Amino acid sequence: MKEQHPNRAIVMEVSNLEKSFGSNKVLDDFNLKLYKGENLVVMGKSGSGKSVMVKCLVGLLEADDGLITIRDKNITSLSQESLDILRTEIGFLFQGSALYDSMTVRENLEFPLRRHKERLDITESNQELVAEALENVGLAHAIDLMPSELSGGMKRRVALARALILKPSIIIYDEPTTGLDPITAKEIIALMNTIQETYGTSALIITHDIDCARVVADRVILLIDGKNYIEGTFQELAGSTDPQVRAFFK
Amino acid sequence: MTVLENTKKVLTEIGDMTLFAKRYFKSVFTRPFEWDELLRQCYLVGNKSLLLVGVTGFILGLVFTLQSRPTLAEFGAVSWMPSMVSISIVREIGPVITALVCAGKIGSGMGAEIGSMRVTEQIDAMEVSGTNPFKYLVVTRITATTLMLPLLIIFGDAVALLGSAIVEYLKGGVSFLLYFNKVFDAIIFNDVLPATAKSFFFGFVIGLVGCYKGYHCKKGTAGVGQASNSAVVYASMLLFVVDFIAVFISDIFFEI
Ligand SMILES: Nc1ncnc2c1ncn2[C@@H]1O[C@H](COP(=O)(O)OP(=O)(O)O)[C@@H](O)[C@H]1O
Ligand SMILES: [Mg+2]
Repeated sequence: MKEQHPNRAIVMEVSNLEKSFGSNKVLDDFNLKLYKGENLVVMGKSGSGKSVMVKCLVGLLEADDGLITIRDKNITSLSQESLDILRTEIGFLFQGSALYDSMTVRENLEFPLRRHKERLDITESNQELVAEALENVGLAHAIDLMPSELSGGMKRRVALARALILKPSIIIYDEPTTGLDPITAKEIIALMNTIQETYGTSALIITHDIDCARVVADRVILLIDGKNYIEGTFQELAGSTDPQVRAFFK
Repeated sequence: MTVLENTKKVLTEIGDMTLFAKRYFKSVFTRPFEWDELLRQCYLVGNKSLLLVGVTGFILGLVFTLQSRPTLAEFGAVSWMPSMVSISIVREIGPVITALVCAGKIGSGMGAEIGSMRVTEQIDAMEVSGTNPFKYLVVTRITATTLMLPLLIIFGDAVALLGSAIVEYLKGGVSFLLYFNKVFDAIIFNDVLPATAKSFFFGFVIGLVGCYKGYHCKKGTAGVGQASNSAVVYASMLLFVVDFIAVFISDIFFEI
């Protein structure tokens, strides 16, 4: 596991994030810093607001309060156009894969290319990009299948390939292993590590899977009651004596 | 729920739909245009409902003519049949029946499709990949129904008149040539124009309600069923409201 460099560049920073739905206060003063090249894991109980937090990060939900800076840009002050451009630097793997079920695997992967390929100066053809992305996740043969013909694990891989097709520098994984059998989950975790080694991406990983956190995390944040309750390496947190933290690691 | 609460809910919903329509008009004329998807949607709307509209229209023409015959015969006015049938079908029955059939077929389909895309986060996925889902999914569909409904209605009218002509031929020995000569004598511009104008609005209402219900679908599979179902209910109700307004207006302008 890599050492934490205190002077490494920050690619994403969240401070004092607040979000409520009616009287349900989901996030209350949440803070996080993602450094370049690291794997940051955010853990929390189901329903603790992890998905809400990452959706605020990419502008899918509007935060009630707080500052979100991604690559030195404050996302709340961006125009739609600039936000869309910034989003191409972020790969997002959804909790339920979110493949477009009326399109084939190929069309799913081509979808992010349709608006941004020219601007990003990508010289490869769509076909090459799709082939490469599918190769990376080991599913080259599935290119002409429909999502309904794929197993849960294959769907997750295709979704991962789609999230990576524009070669983003930041990847957000929302529960990448949830709903998969242990073996497939291990494969996905291995894939996440390979991607980070190959492309040097920074990753924010949402999970409540201890095994996943142990393998991938450079740093872990525990989200409890809408706050970052505790922060540290996996070992530090696993050795904590705080009962709320212990409840996670036992 | 009390009647008062129910009324309040319906009115709020219609208010929200108005805002949704406003957003549509804001987006429809701005770049980027989703031409390919618009064409695909036009094809789907037409293709999905052509058979249904054809069958309904044909039976409508048959039944309408069969049931009108005895009454007209009583007054010795059977020769008026082509003009009576054609005016009723072109002006009112054709557009309304076709639009209702399409609300059931297209409106519910759009509610369910967009609703399930909402529930499974496909709409969010589009948004983070830098494509505006409102333009890609909603604007194309509403535009497609607005453009295609008039065509479907014309087709439905034509098939209904064909059905009517067949009854006249079998029962009254009226030749097709004579029948359609009488039809074209009877229908005038003032019949066709308001009917066509309102059919654009019918198409708009069907697309708008279907997309609105899907786009604001509640989470969970139950939400999708509800979106699809209430898309049909609201669309059918609004179709009659639009029809009433259209008849009212055309009465002022065309019926001196
Ligand atoms: N769109 C929404 N409207 C209302 N409440 C929501 C919405 N999205 C999430 N919530 C609520 O926010 C809380 C956190 O949800 P979520 O972030 O999905 O949890 P998780 O940590 O399991 O990902 C839940 O109580 C949920 O009911
Ligand atoms: Mg979640």
